[in-house]
Amino acid sequence: MKILVCISKAPDTTAKIAFTDGNTKFDENGVQFIVNPYDEWYALVRGLELKEANGGTVTVLNVGGAENDPIIRKALAIGADDAVRIDAAATDALSVAKQISNYAKDKGFDLIFLGKETIDYNGSQVGGMVAELMNLPYVSLATKIDVSGDVATVERDIEGGVEVVEVTGALVLSAAKGMAEARIPNMRGIMAARTKPLAVEAGTDVTAVTSIKNFELPPAKSACKLVAADNVEELVSLLHNEAKAI
Amino acid sequence: MSILIYADSSNGKLTKNAFEAANYGAQLAQQTGSSATALVTGTVSGIEELGKYGISKVLHASDATLDSFDPQKITHVIAEAAKSIGADTIIFSHDYSGKSVAPRLAAKLDAGLVSGAIALPNTDGGFVVKKAVFSGKAFAFVEVNSATKIVSVLPNSIEKKIGEGSAAIEAFAVEIPTTNLKVKEVRKESTELSLTEADIVVSAGRGLKGPENWGMIEELAHELGAATACSRPVADIGWRPHHEHVGQTGFAIRPNLYIAIGISGAIQHLAGVNGSKVIVVINTDAEAPFFKAADYGIVGDAFEVVPKLIEAVKKLKAQQ
Repeated sequence: MKILVCISKAPDTTAKIAFTDGNTKFDENGVQFIVNPYDEWYALVRGLELKEANGGTVTVLNVGGAENDPIIRKALAIGADDAVRIDAAATDALSVAKQISNYAKDKGFDLIFLGKETIDYNGSQVGGMVAELMNLPYVSLATKIDVSGDVATVERDIEGGVEVVEVTGALVLSAAKGMAEARIPNMRGIMAARTKPLAVEAGTDVTAVTSIKNFELPPAKSACKLVAADNVEELVSLLHNEAKAI
Repeated sequence: MSILIYADSSNGKLTKNAFEAANYGAQLAQQTGSSATALVTGTVSGIEELGKYGISKVLHASDATLDSFDPQKITHVIAEAAKSIGADTIIFSHDYSGKSVAPRLAAKLDAGLVSGAIALPNTDGGFVVKKAVFSGKAFAFVEVNSATKIVSVLPNSIEKKIGEGSAAIEAFAVEIPTTNLKVKEVRKESTELSLTEADIVVSAGRGLKGPENWGMIEELAHELGAATACSRPVADIGWRPHHEHVGQTGFAIRPNLYIAIGISGAIQHLAGVNGSKVIVVINTDAEAPFFKAADYGIVGDAFEVVPKLIEAVKKLKAQQ
């Protein structure tokens, strides 16, 4: 079984969000970058579990510059066999999806996994785009996958419930919470990651179709109105008359 | 400019998110002086209701093979519908269905997609859409430069404009491709209100001390017609099911009212709920970070405050 896990670089979940250059660029100053949690905790770990159960390989892929190598090494430390970095700027979702599909289309991957979204741009786009570009089924926000022969049974979240689908042959999947439990790399994994292959491939020439013009921080929240614990009726009255929320 | 809206359905009825997306498309059509057409797939009743949301024409691809949700098939049908009406803008809801179809369609049409829009596009000399980024900690204004533009609208984020009118329904015949995907089963938590669609959410955390104490949370939710949710630690230790976990790694929700009881408000939890219109925090610790993000708060013991709150809500409902 040949598994490809696409990983993205994201600011740490506790990073301070600020912008520079007239609010047009994310301020990376002092920001710790991590593997996007959905890619690492759920997509990568489930890929490794499937490999451990069925045999095969797990390759991680990232689109970006050499500054992304540390997070790629982290994925190798967790257990991926090898890695590919497409040396191209990750300008927008469609251009990243094109880089991934251009690389993956003739490699014969059985499963292509990624996280349900990145925690920076929250687009939830790349997986579906890769699937369409490669003409493969796509199961979004999947919480469970089991593989038997060339048939995968996958559960995915839907509005107020769960859908179970069966896919024959290769597929693209975006992983959500429930898919796997996060793994912490051990010392042996970290040592091994240093010598695992990390291939750098030139990107193909693609054009971005969206661009971020500028960012804005949310307005400061006005102070919380405190109500005394023995005056709960006052809270209900405020919610009804002032906030009009009940 | 011609706008096509994909109106999703569930169990033979259009969803709340579908009406919202339709209304977003209709408002955009009004803003740009263009027309808004909706597309409905599968066996669905009550389609003419879309008229109230500003849609005058609906294409209905009623082929029963579209009753089960296969993103590859739906994408094909939407692309055909867009071609038939010459649509240059396509609208989805940024819900589970939208997330699985909109990106496919974007790749198929080589179109720029803005997912999770929270306002109408600014079409003054371009096409710029506002969306939340960094898990709600900031907003981005995204410009779409492709000829065809796709927007998926974050549920519960736009002011709906509802009027009179009934939509004319036109049958839309289209060949459906075969795929390698089969829907085997759909399990709906039928007794519970869907967390992501609920207007009011009552949520509790470790401050409740144990799963046996959730009775009052459920009772408060019941009185308010609310869905119940929980923090990550509570789901991780198994006090509550994972599908109730809201936060950065669980569900992101944006109800009109979010009541957090016994939740300290870690940054990862706030990332999943900071889009809520009104936030109420009940916590024994006056220093809990959640109070900084709250509109209303009570510093007090949940075991004393919540029963009183249930009584006060009952009293209010009795007066209405």
